Amino acid sequence: MIGSVPVQGLPGGQHDVKFQLMTDSGKVASDTPSGGGPLVVLEKVNKYFGDLHVLQDIDLTVHRGEVVVVIGPSGGGKSTLCRSINRLEPIDDGKILVDGEALPAEGKQLARHRADVGMVFQSFNLFAHKTILQNVTLGPIKVRKVAKSTADKEALELLERVGIANQAEKYPAQLSGGQQQRAAIARALAMRPKVMLFDEPTSALDPEMVKEVLDVMTSLAGEGMTMIVVTHEMGFARRAANKVIFMADGQIVEENTPDEFFTNPRTDRAKDFLSKILTH
Amino acid sequence: MNWNVLFDFSPLVDEFDKILGAFWSTIRLSLMTGVLALILGTILAGMRVSPTPVLRAAGTFYVNTLRNTPLTLVLLFCSLALSDTLGLKLSNVSTVNFYWLAVFGLSAYTAAFVCEALRSGINTVPVGQAEAARAIGLTFTQSLRMVVLPQAFRAVIAPLGSITIAMMKNTTVVLVASYLEAAALMKDMFEEYGATLPIFLGFAAGFMILTLPTGFLFGWAAKRWAVAR
Repeated sequence: MIGSVPVQGLPGGQHDVKFQLMTDSGKVASDTPSGGGPLVVLEKVNKYFGDLHVLQDIDLTVHRGEVVVVIGPSGGGKSTLCRSINRLEPIDDGKILVDGEALPAEGKQLARHRADVGMVFQSFNLFAHKTILQNVTLGPIKVRKVAKSTADKEALELLERVGIANQAEKYPAQLSGGQQQRAAIARALAMRPKVMLFDEPTSALDPEMVKEVLDVMTSLAGEGMTMIVVTHEMGFARRAANKVIFMADGQIVEENTPDEFFTNPRTDRAKDFLSKILTH
Repeated sequence: MNWNVLFDFSPLVDEFDKILGAFWSTIRLSLMTGVLALILGTILAGMRVSPTPVLRAAGTFYVNTLRNTPLTLVLLFCSLALSDTLGLKLSNVSTVNFYWLAVFGLSAYTAAFVCEALRSGINTVPVGQAEAARAIGLTFTQSLRMVVLPQAFRAVIAPLGSITIAMMKNTTVVLVASYLEAAALMKDMFEEYGATLPIFLGFAAGFMILTLPTGFLFGWAAKRWAVAR
């Protein structure tokens, strides 16, 4: 165990969740997530890019503590779905609720909402002119109004946790891709989000760096963080997910447990997809 | 032909104090204009990338108007229209009044160029960083101020240097706005001593003494603060 940081939004308000790094390679998230209540709810969500109907009547409920992995072919709407949950992509129709509240349209309220939803991008998107430490503390200081000394201390704990505390004073360009992505995860965690969104977090990484990022995500899942993960990492999906969502052509084609989905998919579309990726 | 007058550097020596004073006026004009143009230009750039259509339209209108109007017209508008016709008095002391009118005219004009340089700098900041800024809960203005503009500025230090040098040379146009600076004194000296090569060379050198280090300074700063990506 390396540190403890209070996590907001879990049942009972703020309390400490002990962070641990995974030591065993067993299944991380429990099959029946604790806490239970719905945290992210999408109802009849529709989104168009011009004529392209990228999200078609999407219904999805993510419960507290649940880890949902979204997989599927490129262009199927996975990233759009992920980005719509903190309104980086506005939707055209339908409803998105986070912790019982509908997404605000614009302005300060939307900013407050986004502060509660952590996001990790494919291309890391660290602030290039700030050190790793400053990247992590910017949100807590400017949005949460945490004192700088407290923010620095908590940020160092988080960086320690993701294994890059010794890089705190460096700039993003001086770090490897895997280190940058772990810094980006720390930056999102520093806001103590209710839910973490991962938009293909390992797709831009060199193969040898994928594991270090997945390890951090796996340990997060083990600690009860609610996560929505768009990924092509089937191993991670099997190991850490409570639920697998298979998306294709703007629709949720199949929603299943990881074991069932990978061994016994119900839909032909999913069978076809799995046969292409699992046999090579 | 009177070759003696043509190569006579003595007017520069005789009027040295006056010349220094005139260049001091140029420096004061440049400094204040530089500061105001930077502030106004930054606000304009913010308007031009804002999500609010009205602000965007206003910023675009301003830039297109000021950038496409000759500086002489802008300065004449300040001195004749604002001061003489509308009776806008910024100070009872005439030289102070004309100083501020010249500063405002020159800043209003230069800001349009600063805005466009900055806007191209904003385009060098990957859009993902602005998204990441919004994703941690920063508002549009916060992400502009803390993430986008600091990087945009660093990307356009060199072009801002060119704009600054152009602005320093443009101070000579405030001649038309009744403020006395280096070019105005040169014109006076031409009338008194004749338009000789030494006087011209003296003033040209005076401007280079101001602009060359400015160029070097901006070039050095551009390298020093380049953002590594």
